[in-house]
Amino acid sequence: MSTGTLRTEDHLVEPGHLNYINNGYGLKSWLLTIDHKRIALLYLISITTFFFLGGFFALLIRLELLTPAGDLMEADMYNRMFTMHGMVMIFFFLIPSIPAVFGNFLIPMMIGARDLAFPRINLLSWYIFIAGALFTMAAVVLGGVDTGWTFYTPFSSTYSNSNVALAAVGVFITGFSSILTGLNFIVTIHKMRAPGMTWFRMPLFVWAHYATSLIMVLGTPVLAISIVLVALERLFRIGIFDPALGGDPLLFQHLFWYYSHPAVYIMILPAMGVISELVTCFSRKRIFGYTFVAFSSLAIAVYGFLVWGHHMFVSGQSVYASLLFSALSFLVAIPSAIKVFNWTATMYKGSISYDTPMLYVFGFIGLFTIGGLTGLFLASTGLDVHVHDTYFIVAHFHYIMVGGAIMGYLGAIHFWWPKITGRLYPEGWSKFATLVIFVGFNLTFFPQFLVGYLGMPRRYHAYPDEFQVYNVMSTAGASILGFGYLIPMIYLVWSLKYGAVAGPNPWGAAGLEWKTPSPPPTENFPVTPIVTEEAYSYSKQEAEVVGQ
Amino acid sequence: MSDSEHVLQHHFDDLKQQHEASTLGMWAFLITEVLFFGGLFAGYAQYRIRYPGAYAAASHHLDITLGAINTAVLIASSLTMALAVRGAQTGRRKATAGLLMSTVALGLVFLGIKAVEYSHKFHEHLVPGPSFSFDGPRESQLFFSFYFAMTGMHALHMIIGVVLVTIIAWFAWRGRYSPEYFSPVEVTGLYWHFVDIVWIFLFPMLYLIGRH
Amino acid sequence: MPDQASTISSEVDLLYAFLVGMTLFFVGLIFLMVAIFAIRYRRRSSDEIPRPNFGSLRLEIVWSVIPLLISVGIFIWSASVFFDIQRVPANAMQVYGVGKQWMWKFQHPEGNREINELHVPAGRPVKITLTSEDVIHSFFVPAFRIKQDALPGRYTTTWFQATKPGTYHLFCAEYCGTQHSGMRGSVVVMEPAQYEAWLSGDASGGSMAARGEKLFNQLGCVTCHLPDGSGRCPSLVNVYGKSVKLITGEELVANDEYIRESVLHPNAKIVDAYQPIMPTYQGQVSEEGVLQLIAYIKSISSQVTEGTAAPGTTTPGTALPGATTPGAGTGTGTGTGPTPPGGAGSTNQSTPGGASAPNGINRSGQ
Repeated sequence: MSTGTLRTEDHLVEPGHLNYINNGYGLKSWLLTIDHKRIALLYLISITTFFFLGGFFALLIRLELLTPAGDLMEADMYNRMFTMHGMVMIFFFLIPSIPAVFGNFLIPMMIGARDLAFPRINLLSWYIFIAGALFTMAAVVLGGVDTGWTFYTPFSSTYSNSNVALAAVGVFITGFSSILTGLNFIVTIHKMRAPGMTWFRMPLFVWAHYATSLIMVLGTPVLAISIVLVALERLFRIGIFDPALGGDPLLFQHLFWYYSHPAVYIMILPAMGVISELVTCFSRKRIFGYTFVAFSSLAIAVYGFLVWGHHMFVSGQSVYASLLFSALSFLVAIPSAIKVFNWTATMYKGSISYDTPMLYVFGFIGLFTIGGLTGLFLASTGLDVHVHDTYFIVAHFHYIMVGGAIMGYLGAIHFWWPKITGRLYPEGWSKFATLVIFVGFNLTFFPQFLVGYLGMPRRYHAYPDEFQVYNVMSTAGASILGFGYLIPMIYLVWSLKYGAVAGPNPWGAAGLEWKTPSPPPTENFPVTPIVTEEAYSYSKQEAEVVGQ
Repeated sequence: MSDSEHVLQHHFDDLKQQHEASTLGMWAFLITEVLFFGGLFAGYAQYRIRYPGAYAAASHHLDITLGAINTAVLIASSLTMALAVRGAQTGRRKATAGLLMSTVALGLVFLGIKAVEYSHKFHEHLVPGPSFSFDGPRESQLFFSFYFAMTGMHALHMIIGVVLVTIIAWFAWRGRYSPEYFSPVEVTGLYWHFVDIVWIFLFPMLYLIGRH
Repeated sequence: MPDQASTISSEVDLLYAFLVGMTLFFVGLIFLMVAIFAIRYRRRSSDEIPRPNFGSLRLEIVWSVIPLLISVGIFIWSASVFFDIQRVPANAMQVYGVGKQWMWKFQHPEGNREINELHVPAGRPVKITLTSEDVIHSFFVPAFRIKQDALPGRYTTTWFQATKPGTYHLFCAEYCGTQHSGMRGSVVVMEPAQYEAWLSGDASGGSMAARGEKLFNQLGCVTCHLPDGSGRCPSLVNVYGKSVKLITGEELVANDEYIRESVLHPNAKIVDAYQPIMPTYQGQVSEEGVLQLIAYIKSISSQVTEGTAAPGTTTPGTALPGATTPGAGTGTGTGTGPTPPGGAGSTNQSTPGGASAPNGINRSGQ
C-alpha cells in the first residue's frame, strides 16, 4: 500500500472515469451484483415504484372523500384502497426507504469500508423484498385486502372476505428483508470501521442507522409471528384470536403493536440522521451536542419498545396499563425534542446556505415538531379517548411520516444525488418543487387535525355533511402535493443525461463519502483511509486524510 | 490443507475481521430468532395463565416418552456439533465431517420422532381446526394451536439446520476448513445450539404441564 | 370544536386547548429561531468558515428537563381526566349496547330497544355496557368526548352524563368491514321528564328482566336451576353480586361477565360441589338475549336494583318492579337464534346494516 497525503484535488477526475455504475454492463451485472451501491440503486427503483403506487391509492381515497356520500366507489373498494395505501406505503416504501437506499449506499463509505459486512446477504435482502412485494401485489391484483394495514382480529382472521392470507404472507416475507438489512448494518458498524474511525467520530447518520437496525432486528420478528398467526387462523381456523374458542382478539393487538410502534421509529430515525448531515453541511458547523444527538437515537430505539399500548387506550386494556404506557409515551418524546433543539442550535452563528437540501431541513424541523407535539396530545389518555381512530390520528402520523420522514428522504436525495449519479440537478426547479410539496402537504393534512377533533372517524368512506369543507381542502392539498412529487421525478431523471457534472464535493461537505469521485469507484476507497478528524470538521478548510 | 488467502472476502482486511463479523452476524440473527419465538411464547403464556386447567388437560395428551427421547437426542446432537467445531479448529478433517454427519443423523431422528407424534395427533383429532375434537375444556384447542405452531416452527428450523450442517459437512470432508478458517462451522454450530435451546424450553412448557 | 354536551367535554377541551397553545408556543419558538438564524447567519461568501460551536451541557440539561417537567405535568392532568372518563359514578343508570356488523342495538332495562339511536336523559349519569356479536366495534360520541371499543366475547363499559338536550352523532370508530362508515346513529338527549315519557311509550316485550325470565323458561334453564336449590344445578336466586366458590377453590364475585360465561361456556368455571353437566347455549342465545338473562338474574337477587349499582357490587336497593311477571310481550322470538332486527314499538331507524356472520363461522376467502 502506498503512503502519502491524498488531497481532495486528486479526486477531481473527468466524467467517464471508472465508477460503480459503468463498472460492468448488462442486466446480469446489476441483478447479481454484490456492490452495496448498486444494490442501493435497485432498492431506489423499487421503492420509487411503490411510492407512486401507494400515492395512487391515496389519490383515489382523497377523490372519494371530496363528497360526503360514498359515490365514487363501493364501500368494499374504498376499504381496499385505504388498506393497500397503508400497506404499500409503510412496508414497501417508508420502512426500506432511507436505510435500504441511503444506508446501503453510504454507511460503508461513511465509515471508510469497502462494502457492508455481508454483501451477498445484502443482495438477498433485496430479492426477499421483491418476493414479498410480489405476494402482496398478487393480493392487490386478485381483489385486494380490506383489513386496514393493521390486520385487527377477529375481522382479519375470521370475517374479511379478501386476500388476507396472501397479503399476510407478502408482509411476512418482506419483514425478513428488513431484518437482514438491520443485521448487516449492525455488524458492519461494529466491525468494519476504518482505522481511527471511533464510535464517536462516526457521522450521526450512522448512529441513526445503528439505532434503526436495533429496532429492525428486535421488532420485526414479532410482526412476523403475529402475521403468521393471523394467516394460520384464517387458513386452519385454529381459534387463537376467536373468543368463541377462548381466544383473545386483544392478543393480536399487543403482538402487532409491539412491532408496529417501534416501526414508526424505523421510519423516522434514519430521516433524523439525514437531517444531522444536512444541517451541519449547510450551516458549515459541527453539530451542536454530538453525544446527545447520538444517544438520543439509541434512547428512542429503546423507549420505542415500551410504549405500544398507547395504541390501545380504549381497547379494553386495563386503566393502569394505559397509564403506564401513557407515561412512557411522554418520555419517548424527550429525545426527539433534544434533537430538534440541537439542530436549531447548530445553525446558530453558522453560515447558512439555502440549497435545496437545506430547504428540506427547514421543512422537516417545522413539520416534525408539529407532528411530534401532536403526539403528546395522543399520549394524553384523557384526550386520546376522544381523538383515537379519528382524522386527528391520521394527521398526526402523516405529519411525521410525510412531513418528517419523506422530507428527510427527499432531502437525502437532493443532497447525495450528485455523489450517487455524478450529476447536478437544476436548483431553480428543485427549490420550486420543495415549496410546492410544503404547501401541498400542509393544505392536505392540517385540516385533518381540525376535522378529526370535530369527530370524523378514520377509514370512513362516507361522512356527515358538516365535515365536507375540511375534506375538500385536504383533497385540494393532496393534488398539489402529488404534483409536487412528480416534479423531482422529471428533473432528476433529466439530470442523468443533461445535468451539470458534479465534482467529488459540490456542497463542500465533510464526511468520507465526499472524498471520493462522483460517482464513486466500486471499491469506494483505493486505499483504506485513516481517520484523525471528528465528524463535521467544518472549522478546517479541508480534512486531512492520510493514506495507509 | 486449505489456502486461507482464497477464503478472505474482498471487503475484509483480514481473516480475523471476517471471522468476528460472521460470528457477530450469527449472534445478531439468533437474537432475532429469540424475538420470533418470543412472540409465540408470549401468546402461549397469556392463555396458560388464563386457562391453566385446559392447558394441563391438553398437555397430558402429549407423549412424554417421545418428548424426552427427543430431548436427549437433541442434547446429544449438540455434543456432536460442539465436538465438530473443535475438530475443525484443530484441523481434523475426517473427524469433523463425521461428527457433523452424526449431528445430521441425530437431527433426522428428532424429526422422525416428531413426524410420528404429529401423525398420532392427527389420528386422535387433536389438530386444531374443523376436525378438532377433544374430550375436555374447549380452550384446550388453544394449547394445541400453540403446540403445533411452536413445535412446527421449531421443526422448520431443524430442517434448515439439517440442510446447513449437511452442506458444511460436505465442505469439511473436502478439506475447506482449517485452524485458520473454520468460522462457517462455528456459526453453524451456534445456530444448531440455539435450535436445541429452544427445544429445551419447549419440552417442559408443552409436555410437562401439571405432571409430578 | 364539536358540541360540548357532556360533563367531560369541557374538561377534555380544556386539556386540548392547553396542548394547542403549548404546541403553538414551541412551534412558534422553533420556527422563529430557525428563521432568525437562517436570515441572520446566511452565507455571505462562498468560502466563509464560521467558528466552531462546542455544545453546552447546561443547555442540554435545560432543554431536556423543561420538556420533561412539562410532560409530567400534562401526564398528571390527562391521567386525571382519564380517571374521570373511566370511573363510573355509583348512581349511573344502565343501558346496554351490542355492536354488530353494521348496526348498534341498544336495550334499556325497562325494555325499550333501539337500533342506531339511543335515548338518554340529560343530567343523569348513564353507564353503557358494550359487547359485539362479531368483530371489534367502537362506541364513539364526539359531543361527549367518549369512546369505548366493543369486543366480542366480553363486556366493556363506559359512561357519560349528558348536559344539554339535543341529537348528537354516534359513530363506530373501529374499522369493522364493508359498512363501517354506515354504522352511525345518534344519541338523543332528552329532558328527564320527556325521557320518562318516551320510556313508557314502548309497552311491548316487557322489561329486560321480564324478557330474560321468558328466555330462562324457554331455554329450559329453569328445569335444572330450581329456585329452591333442589335441582342438579345451583339456584340462581340471590346469586348476582355475591361471592361464588368454584371447585378449584377459587372465589369470585358473580358479575355480568361471569354469568355470560356460564351461559355460553359453562364448563369454564364450575361451582363447588356441582358437576360439569350444563350444556352450552352458544348459538342458541344472542348477546342481547344474554344481557336479558343477566338482567333477570339480577332481578332475583334481592340486594341489587337495576340501574343503581355497578355490576359486581352489592348495594341496598329494591328489587326491580315487575321482574317476575312473565313477559307480556308479543313473543317476537326474542333471542332464540340469530338476532332479529329491531325491537317492536320503539323509535327505530331503518338499519343501514347488512348481513352478519354468526360467531366463529369463516367466510369464503383465504
